[in-house]
Amino acid sequence: MIPDFTAPLIDWAALAPLLVVLGAGVVGVLVEAFVPDAVRRATQITLALAALAATVVLIVLRWGLIVGSDGAPGVSDVLVGGTVMVTPFALALQGTIVVLAFLGALVVADRTSSGQDAFAPTAAAVPGTSYEDLARRAGLQQTEVYPLLMFATGGMMLFVATDDLLMMFVALEVLSLPLYVLCATARRRRLLSQEAAAKYFLLGAFASALFIFGVALIYGFAGTVRLIGDEDKPGVIRRVLSGDAPLDGMTVLVVAGILLVLVGLLFKLGAVPFHAWTPDVYAGAPTPITGFMAACTKVAAVGALVKVLYTLVVGLPPEVGEQLRTVVIVVAILTMALGTVVGAVQTDIKRLLAYSSIAHAGFLLVAVAGINLESLRAVLFYMVAYGVATVGAFGVVTLVRERTVVPGRADGADGEDGVVLGEATHLSQWAGLGRRAPWLTAAFALFLLSMAGIPLTAGFVAKFGAFGAAVAGDLWWLAVVGVLASVVAVFFYVRVIVLMMFTPPAEEQLLAGAEARAQEAATGTGDEAEAAEASSGAEPAGGGVATETRTEVARTVVTVVGSRGPAAVAIAVCAVATLVLGVFPGPVLELAGEAIKFVP
Amino acid sequence: MEITNYAVLACILFAIGATTVLLRRNAIVVFMGVELMLNATNLAFVTFARVHGDVTGQVLAFFVMVVAAAEVVVGLAIIVTIFRTRRSASVDDVNLLKG
Repeated sequence: MIPDFTAPLIDWAALAPLLVVLGAGVVGVLVEAFVPDAVRRATQITLALAALAATVVLIVLRWGLIVGSDGAPGVSDVLVGGTVMVTPFALALQGTIVVLAFLGALVVADRTSSGQDAFAPTAAAVPGTSYEDLARRAGLQQTEVYPLLMFATGGMMLFVATDDLLMMFVALEVLSLPLYVLCATARRRRLLSQEAAAKYFLLGAFASALFIFGVALIYGFAGTVRLIGDEDKPGVIRRVLSGDAPLDGMTVLVVAGILLVLVGLLFKLGAVPFHAWTPDVYAGAPTPITGFMAACTKVAAVGALVKVLYTLVVGLPPEVGEQLRTVVIVVAILTMALGTVVGAVQTDIKRLLAYSSIAHAGFLLVAVAGINLESLRAVLFYMVAYGVATVGAFGVVTLVRERTVVPGRADGADGEDGVVLGEATHLSQWAGLGRRAPWLTAAFALFLLSMAGIPLTAGFVAKFGAFGAAVAGDLWWLAVVGVLASVVAVFFYVRVIVLMMFTPPAEEQLLAGAEARAQEAATGTGDEAEAAEASSGAEPAGGGVATETRTEVARTVVTVVGSRGPAAVAIAVCAVATLVLGVFPGPVLELAGEAIKFVP
Repeated sequence: MEITNYAVLACILFAIGATTVLLRRNAIVVFMGVELMLNATNLAFVTFARVHGDVTGQVLAFFVMVVAAAEVVVGLAIIVTIFRTRRSASVDDVNLLKG
């Protein structure tokens, strides 16, 4: 009954990219325990960035080996007995994820000229307690974010490179759990941050439970959780094609299973009707984490979706395949429509970017629905273009802050006084940003134009490819819907650009300030405590002036803090990449073309 | 007893769990709904393993258990943090993010 266990042959060299990233995560946990306070942060950042850079190199080396070998023996994309399957397409997705994670980590590592990063001194402290105050004064730092980033990145890399639905589930959790925690660690607006984490967690856990039940149903039908498998251990597709699935004939089982699995994947992608978490989580999470999450998770989710969908649609009976395709088309249309329409009425920059990312999920699904090789290429390019624009845009958001006005200096706009608070996320606060920080504004405008798909930016080439793929799959009408949706989307991107460049800034954002104050009062953030701490340091008069101080604190102006380097580098790289991919997309398109050569 | 009964039971448990998640208001109860769904999945896995006569399904059930345990660690940490701040675990009170 129980078969003899034969250990699978493990090609360590081929697994190296995954092992380096996950290994860096484990080492990072040890660093947390053993490295002294003073150098811990520097150690963690160095470790994380070095590991990601090394992984990029390893992936490039592996790429040369696999693509160059032309299917020669000795170089196989099937590793660990088929559990890990690093096809050139998966390798390209992994490369994209790691590069984006590197850029995202740079933004995370930046403390800006305000000298604080985006994370709470200790995320476990209850907001507004003396313990939190104590931790802040002691200058504690939450450096666990770097190992968590590494684990999430490792999970994403595994997610796109497996042939085994169970391994896909494990990878899904490995990438999700660190993200849930990271969402809860914001330094400011901590209640919003915790709330975002709770919403993300509850909905995410629900989606992964649906996913794994889908896997159970597929296992019931086919007697295996491999998608393709090999001669010895045939996967779902091979068994269906040869008609020896144990419960052959009960197609309802496998169709229900696939639909549940798709729900799990579409949730991660943020597609309608599984999008509800996206705006809340993107708005509540620390902004650098939002950038990382928005870019990398989407790449991973699309990669896995394409893997499951393309394998199954090709393998299952044509009528089932056609039904699945209809599901994808309907979801694509709903996602594009909701993302663009609701996005157009947002007043918070992070929520606006969140709805924009929902709309992009829709455009990606348009490409996916084409179901041909052209779609795979379009998806790869789209992921790169969308990813760099997203990381860059959220990087810019981290630098636009609120600052308190020091009493007696109401003009405060040019002075260096006052305490830098959280991000100025209300759209009205972005008015006239172009005069304060022309370069930053230019970069942000570039990212928005790229997301809108204006020619000479990467986004244009990406959208052209995506809609082209739909047309190639005989879905020209879906491409037309996509074009219409992106026209509507242009409206809300251009609205922000006009606001930043041509609207004069209000001297003091009284309106937005009042609103923010109400919000702060409701959320009891660390902002006030921090500001109060600073002002009490300036005039140690004590309780007598407390109320007075409070009213002064509430007056804030918008300021742009300087980057300490990493975030500026990340934004610059993203901006250059957006332009270069828009003007000379050739080389990357060629790489993407090579990636899809050997898709099974 | 007929083996398909176990599969049906798994489906019923899963449906109860899903309903709990969608209808209940306490975050802890919602989370228990998710756990019920995962355990229903385990039952489905071992049932199908019995049907097919191979051990893969049983091994899968172990993986699901481990993942569920990891999920509990993170999930309870988040829920408890919120509870300590607000003295409430109701998902209706968690409504600062809107729009």
